[in-house]
Amino acid sequence: MLQSLVSEKKIDCDVHVTLPTTAKLVPYLDDYWREQVTTRGIDRLELTSDISNISPALRPDWKASSDVETVRTLALEPFGTDIAICNCLYGAQAVYNADLAVALCRAMNDWLAEEFLSKDERLRGSIVLPWQHPEKAALEIERLASDRRFVQVSMIAMGDMPLGRRALWPIYAAAEAHGFAVGIHAGTTYRFAPWTNGWPSYHIEDQAAQSVGVQTQLLSLITEGVFEEYPKLKVVLIDSGVTWLPPFLWRIDKLWRGLRMEVPWLKRSPTEIVSEHVRLTLQPFDGPKDAQVIQELVAQIGEHMLLFSTDYPRWNFDGTDAVPLRGQPDLMRKLRTENPFETYARLREV
Amino acid sequence: MPKHRIAFVKEIPPGSNKVVNIRGREICVFNVGGDFFALLNRCPHEGAKLSRGVVVGLPESETPGCYKLSRPGEILRCPWHGWEFDLKTGKSHCDPERLFTKQYKTCVENETVVGGRELQAETFPVVVEDATVFVEM
Repeated sequence: MLQSLVSEKKIDCDVHVTLPTTAKLVPYLDDYWREQVTTRGIDRLELTSDISNISPALRPDWKASSDVETVRTLALEPFGTDIAICNCLYGAQAVYNADLAVALCRAMNDWLAEEFLSKDERLRGSIVLPWQHPEKAALEIERLASDRRFVQVSMIAMGDMPLGRRALWPIYAAAEAHGFAVGIHAGTTYRFAPWTNGWPSYHIEDQAAQSVGVQTQLLSLITEGVFEEYPKLKVVLIDSGVTWLPPFLWRIDKLWRGLRMEVPWLKRSPTEIVSEHVRLTLQPFDGPKDAQVIQELVAQIGEHMLLFSTDYPRWNFDGTDAVPLRGQPDLMRKLRTENPFETYARLREV
Repeated sequence: MPKHRIAFVKEIPPGSNKVVNIRGREICVFNVGGDFFALLNRCPHEGAKLSRGVVVGLPESETPGCYKLSRPGEILRCPWHGWEFDLKTGKSHCDPERLFTKQYKTCVENETVVGGRELQAETFPVVVEDATVFVEM
């Protein structure tokens, strides 16, 4: 069945769409929250770490993708993309008021469906989750489960708590039940310093900290037993930098051997768990230019682990030369077609 | 396999071990609940002396958040990195088929001690002195 569905479709697993202002959400809010947003002047709720809207982070030859025509022209056509998974980051994931977060996320998801998914059949969506209220987040997953255009739920890498914590498990239960992948995207609520040794001074430090944030979340998901509790769950690490994975797992595997008595539900090594449950979007790909070294890195990571992504419109994107290894049609087919179909169960159903 | 007398049973009470040198190899003999197991006294990871590890049980779990301790006193944690070894087989818990320390057979026999010179015409009663632990290698 899979083979026929897979065909030759080319999938981009990380295209960013930008919500320019909360005003865009007003039509999707109920009366109470519409008035609140308007009278309280909640006009822009950008994540400080969401760099889609600020010039130092945006490619100057591209503009933010706040309308479907821009996405078509700049993200889909140049790559011959047949399916693109749209991710949207916004401050709804950082507000303290959990009820406001629920209302904003709900509106964001409806906005995404109306303004993007309904306007181009190549587009798929990630559900933005109000993780501040895990039970309501699970309800949001339930609400949208019948819309097959949503294929993933999305959280950010650095929030208020490690993502493996059991308080968040209603989210994973709902995601698994409805075949959503859980996307963990680089980003932070900026409640806490991205490093434990204080706040960095510069953008370069903040960017590098994102990979560390993703690593800690991956380890939290493993050790808390999320993949044992939800054996069908798939997690996608988005914008993580990728090449940190093998040495990270070497270390964690070794530590697991000596400390597994703390987490006896882990009956196999972290590497084996990650190989089954976790995937990474390709861009940004942190690696050297040397093709031979890149070949070795990809082999260490595992060809089945990587999902093609452009990371449009971020500046750390490698342009139309988005794949670090050229001249390997089998690898390209895995990254752009086979791996995404294996990862996103809901892609197979549409 | 030749048998090597290594200790009287009473020298190695349950939960303890004795290190002996047999044919140039350091062997550690553990008393696990009254049964004796002999392992090469060298962790296959980086060579720590297993005799200096802590003897514990085996933590197991059916599901996250549930804990069960089985096989009390049958697991050794290597003193260096904490990797667990099954005292009864020498196999590691994390990778039993590829990571293990060599195991040797043991046996316990009641040795008899003759209470006098053998050639003496007049014989004396035979006395069981003590049960003795042997390692075969």
